[in-house]
Amino acid sequence: MRPLPILKAVFAALVVIFLLGPLVAVLPLSLTDSVFLNYPIPGYSTRWFRELVTADSWRLSIVNSLLIGSGTTVLATLLGTLAALGLRGRRATLLVSTLRTVFLLPMVVPAVVLGVGMQLMFARYGLTNTYLGVIIAHTVVAVPFVLVNVSSALQGVDIRLEQAAASLGAAPATVLFAVTLPIALPGIISGALFAFATSLDEVVLTLFVAGPNQRTLARQMFATIRENISPAIVSAAAVFILGTIVLSLAMLAIRRQMA
Amino acid sequence: MRPDLSLRLKAALLLAPLLAFMLSFFVVPLVTMMKSAVSDPVATEALPRTARALSGWDRTGAPPASAQAAFADDIRALKNDEQFGDLVRRLNSAQSGFRSLLGKTRRALDGNGATDLASVDARWGETSYWVTIAEAVASPWTDKNLLAAVDLERNASGGIAAMPEGASANRLIMIRTFVTSALVTLACILIGLPYAMVAASVEGWRRQVLLGAVLLPLWTSLLVRTAAWYVVLQDNGLINATLKGLGLTAGPVPLMFNRLGVVIAMTHVLLPFMVLPIFSVLIAIPRNLMPAAASLGAHPLRAFFHVLLPLSMRGVVSGALLVFMAALGYYITPALIGGANDQMISSVIAYYATGAANWGMAGALGLVLLAMTILLYAIYMRLTVEEQRA
Repeated sequence: MRPLPILKAVFAALVVIFLLGPLVAVLPLSLTDSVFLNYPIPGYSTRWFRELVTADSWRLSIVNSLLIGSGTTVLATLLGTLAALGLRGRRATLLVSTLRTVFLLPMVVPAVVLGVGMQLMFARYGLTNTYLGVIIAHTVVAVPFVLVNVSSALQGVDIRLEQAAASLGAAPATVLFAVTLPIALPGIISGALFAFATSLDEVVLTLFVAGPNQRTLARQMFATIRENISPAIVSAAAVFILGTIVLSLAMLAIRRQMA
Repeated sequence: MRPDLSLRLKAALLLAPLLAFMLSFFVVPLVTMMKSAVSDPVATEALPRTARALSGWDRTGAPPASAQAAFADDIRALKNDEQFGDLVRRLNSAQSGFRSLLGKTRRALDGNGATDLASVDARWGETSYWVTIAEAVASPWTDKNLLAAVDLERNASGGIAAMPEGASANRLIMIRTFVTSALVTLACILIGLPYAMVAASVEGWRRQVLLGAVLLPLWTSLLVRTAAWYVVLQDNGLINATLKGLGLTAGPVPLMFNRLGVVIAMTHVLLPFMVLPIFSVLIAIPRNLMPAAASLGAHPLRAFFHVLLPLSMRGVVSGALLVFMAALGYYITPALIGGANDQMISSVIAYYATGAANWGMAGALGLVLLAMTILLYAIYMRLTVEEQRA
């Protein structure tokens, strides 16, 4: 073998280890029975997973994350899908491209900047320290993902199918619900999954907008790493990683269905 | 014409909910933040009569006689303690001494109808206190915070001057933010460019594995990745344990709570944003270009530097812009992995907002960060749009 391919393989392997190593390396620590996050692991137990469901702070934060994540998913998917339908097939006029840019801008604006603005504004309308406020904040950053996913799914809908349905006498609403949306459904579902994942992982806006009662799992993990690191954090991370794998598989299955 | 009109109406109706939502909860908060950076309404709202009385004053000699009475009226008219407290804080931050002076004056004025302020406290005879009040009530807008964000201030004559050495560290923090972001971008290029080239040069399962290794962290929670690095980098973490086990080091090598740890963790988080644009540019390059260069007699290295590298530059530039832009606004990773000397501009904004309740400074620094990010995003959009046209 020539030296170049070996060099290539070694380099690629090193980068893969850099990318995946830390994630793989921490997983076994979620099963430690010690209070320290060190190797070697003295003994195995599920005490830190039990802590996640029994300790009030963790349990509340998991429930909050599910509540806020569901609210965000519903709101972002609804708003994003409607807007994607509205933007569909529009020529790229100045107005249309400005709208698209504004809708995608939350992906770009630094979260701390948006957080400061939201805290100031939400305080005026009594939205700080409320579930609604946190759901609204998360929806702002989750909507772009829905818009991108649904837009690209709608691009794949053959307009002739809709024309055929309309020519056979289907009302516009019937065409939408019986033809367009079912074909675009995989895109809508993957947009919704992205919205849920975004909400689940959001920390910075939550720091600014949420009160102690709306503490989410990500916020609780942030506080735990910052204040008193415990193996519960790795158990939470393990739950997250397993959830990610399940979500990715779901998304892959949907993509395959789409193709 | 008519069906076109109804189509437009339908599109507008479909877009309206998201547009209204984004205007209310994305645009308005950003505008609120920007306004808080330049607004200074406390004194003008609390002292309207004083503002009128002092409006024609040249701020050098004694203030006009009517100013004292107007000020006394304003102080008596203040309805709640909260407004008085805001006023005290505002004036005291401009000139210390106002806290005791205003407290004493208010108590004296509450008792009787006298308006001779000089008899309440001799300091009311000094011009400097009146100058401070005149400046505070002159306008509900201020450039103080924006200037302070880049370590500048107004001197006595109203000109813009540098703050005294050591008074403010904002410029230092901005430089640190730029340096850290540049280091992360550089690390991402050094790792990402060759990695994308390797990934583009192989096929089948090898390519799937290499791309999967990039995508999986991208889909993993940022908190999880940061926690993972925390565990790996800590003093008795995996890396230090391995180094010690191999007998390479006696004590732990400090990998965390310093710049090195921040750069490592941020590179890990942002690497996908470098690899993916480069990869998508590389797979679009015709596969026979390199053999063509070789057949014309180019040494592989020469072919690499003259053919492959220039062609992949577009991807590198997009990736570098994305990584640098994202790195500028990073908060979580420096906050958790970095030490006190590694905090970037976002941490300072968060401190001003949540720790010090200084919305003016939080807004001003936020405005600076927002402007830099939008500028980079505009350049990025320009490049990608040109690419699509080409």
